[in-house]
Amino acid sequence: MSVRVQQEAFDYGAECAAFAAQPGSAGAVVTFCGIVRDNDGTLRGMEIEHYPGMTERALARIEAEARTRWSLTDALIIHRHGPLMPGEMIMMVATASRHRAEAFAAAEFLMDYLKSRAPFWKKEQTAEGAAWVAARDEDEDALGRW
Amino acid sequence: MTLTVLYFAWLRERIGLPRESVETSAATVADLVEELRAREERYALAFSDLKAVRVALDQDLAEFDAPLAGVREVAFFPPMTGG
Repeated sequence: MSVRVQQEAFDYGAECAAFAAQPGSAGAVVTFCGIVRDNDGTLRGMEIEHYPGMTERALARIEAEARTRWSLTDALIIHRHGPLMPGEMIMMVATASRHRAEAFAAAEFLMDYLKSRAPFWKKEQTAEGAAWVAARDEDEDALGRW
Repeated sequence: MTLTVLYFAWLRERIGLPRESVETSAATVADLVEELRAREERYALAFSDLKAVRVALDQDLAEFDAPLAGVREVAFFPPMTGG
């Protein structure tokens, strides 16, 4: 189980391969990565601000909560901060369990919670200037299903 | 008491600093916000709509009616946009 908050890029393929090399009882691994989306071709870049200290604490808490709800053999969260270009990977989650249903559900849970309960803020730069990305009501509502 | 107060994202930009030390006798977060609002226009502007502001006490999310007794670090920020 681990949580990593970092500015530098991560190697998604290597992370997935290392995570999937699960010893023991795991029969299912689910991985997800989020990338910087350019909605209409105008995005020049993105800056992700975070709250050092609280970020790690919030992610560890979210991961611990997932482990109380599902029987996971392993879990991983990597989330970047700092300047990012369109198409770059922002974050990834990976979950492992005996069977796939738990790994899928836990990965969705981790995603839903880290979108609106981990202290990250995205700022987009376009030709028109820079603007903070507003939180979406759907993201807050998504927590209700858990 | 002396609190370390942190601001993130557009709150940091509107107030113009990432952190400051605040001497206060505020009993709750809401009281502290009132004190800050009364200081200067930039604080009043940053805290004009509290529905758009979240607060953490010693790095745990909290509500505006939470007491400040024993707290060392207060952070104000907009709704989070991770993922």
